[in-house]
Amino acid sequence: MSSTSVNRAPSGFSLTQYATCLNGIVWREALRFVHQRERFVSALVRPLVWLFIFAAGFRQVLGISIIPPYETYILYEVYIAPGLMAMIQLFNGMQSSLSMVYDREMGNMRTLLVSPLPRWYLLFGKLVAGTAVSLLQVYAFLVIAWFWDIAPPPIGYFTVLPALILSGLMLGALGMLISSGIKQLENFAGVMNFVIFPMFFASSALYPLWRVQEGSPLLYYVCQFNPFTHAVELIRFALYGQTNWISLAVVFCCTTAFMIGAIYAYDPSRGLVRRAPAGGEA
Amino acid sequence: MTAISAHTTGPAPPDSRPRDDPAAVSALSIDGVSHSYGARRALIDVNFAVASASFTALLGLNGAGKSTLFSLITRLFGIQAGRIGIFGHDIGAAPSEALRLLGVVFQSRTLDLDLSVIQNLLYHAALHGIAKREARRRSDEVLTRIGLADRAGSKVRDLSGGQMRRLEIARALLHRPRLLLLDEATVGLDVKARADILGHVRQLVIEQGIGVLWATHLFDEIIPGDDLVVLHQGRVLAHGPATNIIADAGARDINSAFMRLTGAAVDPGSSAS
Repeated sequence: MSSTSVNRAPSGFSLTQYATCLNGIVWREALRFVHQRERFVSALVRPLVWLFIFAAGFRQVLGISIIPPYETYILYEVYIAPGLMAMIQLFNGMQSSLSMVYDREMGNMRTLLVSPLPRWYLLFGKLVAGTAVSLLQVYAFLVIAWFWDIAPPPIGYFTVLPALILSGLMLGALGMLISSGIKQLENFAGVMNFVIFPMFFASSALYPLWRVQEGSPLLYYVCQFNPFTHAVELIRFALYGQTNWISLAVVFCCTTAFMIGAIYAYDPSRGLVRRAPAGGEA
Repeated sequence: MTAISAHTTGPAPPDSRPRDDPAAVSALSIDGVSHSYGARRALIDVNFAVASASFTALLGLNGAGKSTLFSLITRLFGIQAGRIGIFGHDIGAAPSEALRLLGVVFQSRTLDLDLSVIQNLLYHAALHGIAKREARRRSDEVLTRIGLADRAGSKVRDLSGGQMRRLEIARALLHRPRLLLLDEATVGLDVKARADILGHVRQLVIEQGIGVLWATHLFDEIIPGDDLVVLHQGRVLAHGPATNIIADAGARDINSAFMRLTGAAVDPGSSAS
């Protein structure tokens, strides 16, 4: 073989090749999701338990006054539905990052990272794939919730989509950022407890913030600074065809920040470089 | 597949040729590469080159720094000192151009066990921007070549260790690289599977003109005609045709040459580990 073809080697990739790569990453994530049926079932059971049991039990305890975007009194189940949608995405984002840690431990991640396409694009592709999977879960939840009399206006099923995409990207990017700092799969359980539960409970997912403020002003401020609160509110307003501009700005900025952080962390000269090869490799 | 003892190349070190001669561009050039994990130095001023259409064995004990070197060549790790070029493309400055010419088989298995054989190949092709129809065509081609055409729909976890390794090699060749890295590709395989895979890779060098860097700790995988790089405790102790290294060491074979070079007490068997 002649070495002269170095000069003929194309220096870039076409848009079609970028699209092919993205399609491949999403397709692989979807295949893995399909193969892991229990993951789909558990992703649905979790919010449904909250909806059918927790919300039913607390319906009489937690009254909801008329607050935007609602124009009338609502059932507690209706109030927590957007929070549960965001919860699905939160768990999915963390599960995607869990699979990244697993892939890295098992070596599959190397297949992705030695692709000649830019690394930021590969990570973005992973993020898009995870978000696409979360959308399937959320819409499946909405279908079941409809039979439980949680029926937003029909247009809401469409207007909520951009909000779900943005919040899915934000929570996926957060998971990716966290995964970059985890050396072993076993360490992830602790991180789940330190991230998922505080984020979920210190937010407006289960109770409106004015009620939190009455109980604990400090917690109220914590909730205000929690990006998950803004993901929930973005989804809540979008489900009723409205836009919460502050939440939109916060979620957008957090998505960008988390994504930049994840790309930085997965940069070969930074994130992975400090780790010696596992096992007997050296 | 059978192991092929004939070897096509024994070129002078590529870097000795004029830099403005296109043929002087090495498939792989490692220039002054060092790497540390904190205070522990894994590689110290490593220099060598792999020519096109050649089989170069990278021999070293476990922990010699082979996998670290592979992680640097594949850009899993950033380069701390030195330069790595693939057909003249600097892996740090032009990673896309370098990586598209590179196929890799890692020491640990990187196949997705839950996906089928063909799905693994199509995923790899997509990561290189190869359109689905072309990817399917190439996949059918490589599966036929490695004798796994009838297993295309099988889950990877149902394959034997040898079949998985052959599939990994086939996958690494799917985007038609011009340099192939294999890190301890025969570890854990039986004698026949090892011979098959080694023979297959040597055949690729002859038939497709691919430059191969074969990392191993097994002496019996190296034949006198191979180019050889001896890596020990992060340093290159010797580089050149294996016959020359054996002669320079005043040894009768690779096994004893390695012992003299490293001063290591090596098991009289065939392994450096």
